[in-house]
Amino acid sequence: MIAETAPASQKKWRLDDNAVRNLGLVGVLVVLVIIGIVTKPELYSDPTWVRNNVLTILQQASAIGVVTVGMTFVIIGGGIDLSVGAIIALAGVWATTLATQSHGAIGMIFTALVVGIAVGLVNGVLISYGRLVPFIATLAMLVSARGLAAQISGKQTQVSANDTINSIATTKLLGVPLLVWILAVVVAAGWVLLNRTTFGRRTVAVGGNPEAARLAGINVKRHTVLLYALSGLCCGIAAIMLTSQATSAQAAMANLYELDAIAAAIIGGTLLSGGRGTIIGALFGVLVFSTITNLFAINNLSTEVQNMVKGGIIVAAVLIQQFRYRSLTQLLKR
Amino acid sequence: MTAGGDVVLQLTDVVKTFPGVRALDGVQLEVRAGEVHCLLGQNGAGKSTLIKVLAGVHHADGGEISWLGEPFAPATPQAAMRAGIATIYQELDLVDDLSVAENAFLGHEEARFGFTRRRSAAEKTKAILARLGHPEISPRRAVRRLPAAGKQIVSMARALSHDAKLIVMDEPSAVLAHDEVANLFRIIRELTAQGIAVIYISHRLAEIREIGDRVTVLKDGRTTAANLPARDTPTRELVGKMTGRSIEYIFPPRPDRSESPPILTVAGLTRHGEFADASLTVAPGEIVGIAGLVGSGRSELLETIFGARRADAGTVTLDGHRITGVGAAVGRGMGMAPEERKSQALLLDEPVYKNMTLASFAGFAHAGFTDTRDERAAALTTADLLELRPRDVDRPARTLSGGNQQKVVVGRWLLGKTRLLLLDEPTRGVDVGARAELYQVIRGLAADGVGVLLVSSEVPEVLGLADRVLVMREGRLIHEAPAEELDEDTVLDLVMAGSLLEGEPA
Repeated sequence: MIAETAPASQKKWRLDDNAVRNLGLVGVLVVLVIIGIVTKPELYSDPTWVRNNVLTILQQASAIGVVTVGMTFVIIGGGIDLSVGAIIALAGVWATTLATQSHGAIGMIFTALVVGIAVGLVNGVLISYGRLVPFIATLAMLVSARGLAAQISGKQTQVSANDTINSIATTKLLGVPLLVWILAVVVAAGWVLLNRTTFGRRTVAVGGNPEAARLAGINVKRHTVLLYALSGLCCGIAAIMLTSQATSAQAAMANLYELDAIAAAIIGGTLLSGGRGTIIGALFGVLVFSTITNLFAINNLSTEVQNMVKGGIIVAAVLIQQFRYRSLTQLLKR
Repeated sequence: MTAGGDVVLQLTDVVKTFPGVRALDGVQLEVRAGEVHCLLGQNGAGKSTLIKVLAGVHHADGGEISWLGEPFAPATPQAAMRAGIATIYQELDLVDDLSVAENAFLGHEEARFGFTRRRSAAEKTKAILARLGHPEISPRRAVRRLPAAGKQIVSMARALSHDAKLIVMDEPSAVLAHDEVANLFRIIRELTAQGIAVIYISHRLAEIREIGDRVTVLKDGRTTAANLPARDTPTRELVGKMTGRSIEYIFPPRPDRSESPPILTVAGLTRHGEFADASLTVAPGEIVGIAGLVGSGRSELLETIFGARRADAGTVTLDGHRITGVGAAVGRGMGMAPEERKSQALLLDEPVYKNMTLASFAGFAHAGFTDTRDERAAALTTADLLELRPRDVDRPARTLSGGNQQKVVVGRWLLGKTRLLLLDEPTRGVDVGARAELYQVIRGLAADGVGVLLVSSEVPEVLGLADRVLVMREGRLIHEAPAEELDEDTVLDLVMAGSLLEGEPA
């Protein structure tokens, strides 16, 4: 039989689609930098300041970036995790109790990760086996995990007396903060996990068409549990990062991280209904937000205006996504 | 009852396509004032699409619709309602938490300065309910608290609140008990006596005989018979138009097979309300076909054998191992191509090769890392085997035709070490040329020793493809015979006996 090969453009349209979207986000970043240069030319004329400012943006993006990687997996898998901020608070508070601190840095890191995974497992079990809607299950977890964090901490700020933990935020490797390296490792691991492993394949299948996945022999329920546990693990990592940055933890930490993480994933091209999304896009989404924050900070503008701009960007990104999707399906109809 | 009113609705060659499907492919329909016009057809024949076109939900791509002598193309459901066409959907589209009156006037509330005129709406609703013979339903009652029959009355009240001249009813009796159906028919007769036309959709032939005036039969989006008399058209003719072949299919020859012990044994399998006491066996290399109408429990039986539904009683044994869930079934080498390809089998946005390896990608993987190169190569080999067109495994599954999508689903199970394949309506929505290819593929699988259990509503397909045929009716396997010993008439008789024959003229 003679091989009929489709035109290359058609064959690779999925790749192009994602690449185009990521390029768009890079374009947004460029625009933001240009705005920065125009509004504060005196700062941008100093190469050292520029270098440090880039590292500041990356450092600010680090913890939320780690959370967004976990969130992206959950959303691609057809769910949502509203409890990420609360999990971070609980993990951070639990890791900084006097009892935990007595076990040293390893004990604190171990505690944060285990608490994160455990809460994620509870979310996953409630959703998979308790058949709760993800929105409701994780909303309930949002409330109760923060409540538990406040209970454990007695509503006090718990100072970390551990130098190893505290030095994570100040250490630099090859001139780049350790926090940024952690983000880089998590993003790389997330990319490999999503694109190169059976776990990632299952995630796309479960989110894209749960019934087809089930009838193909994939254990959809177990996989859903694992996805929330993965999100919890990312929260545990982020809890250590934030605790190190503040040298303390408290029940109110990582407030509204769920919204930032969901927003970053969505403008990064993750479909809220599941089955589609990219880690790189999510990373760009996080970078766009932290660059905006930075832009407002260097111009001494209020966070209120900043939030309005953020909201506008989310709406614009989703509108573009829908428009692109519609034009794509119309193209395929012909 | 007379069916001699003026023609109010006329459809000529109406076409409606969705990506990859021609849902309507030349529908003719003529409805007269004051008649009950029945639409008959299998699931997927295009009935739902047709009524959605009439209701303004979908827009026809081709053909002509005339309503009361004028060209008719409702842009929105509201437009269709204003024109006098009301639709009562199968899943009643009522808002449970609103009252009867609010539901009846939903979307065209009586209002003054934005305030709803509750009393006036309640009075009008009361009048309509009285006209429908149900003055006992209070307009203020919450719809949630009404029984199914009551909700249907409210749906009809909504239709009448629009002053409808044509009411489309999509399987209105499906949710009703027997005596409630009688009341429904009484209401329909009163409506038609007032000159209102009714399009009545039902699978139940007995009802069509009782209430219908004329019948139009749809199959694969086409009108296969129009304006048959509802009362005295022989059942066989009606069912034949619904299920019958439009072309002689070419079936591959049956090879001689030696007797071998079964690979699949199903004993006393039961799911309450779906099927009961099903026992069957499939041997390696054997194709066993189940013939039965939609609703006879065939798909449910297949899914239960596969472990996708939990059995209430009975056992499924594959090669001596009990099967209790999908994981065990797939692990032991069972595969299923489900009835609803798009919603149950495919990841439409993912490339063909990932769809093909959906059940086996873990087997290609090394230490959890997927091997897309091997997957692609294996998918390409399978694509060649199945003559997939286009021969491009990187293309999203959405872009393939129905027949090629089905090949992808079947191909999925060729990639694993599948030894028993369950096929539910494998040729639904597949064009004629691709059908013959699929038959070859299925026969080829059997020749390689795979056991096949096939469900189809097309009797010729079951007879032509299977070695052994089981006939299913109302959740029971009622007959078993080698395919050579059966003909289409015999099977149709068996399939339609009982309830369907009640309406058969003597």
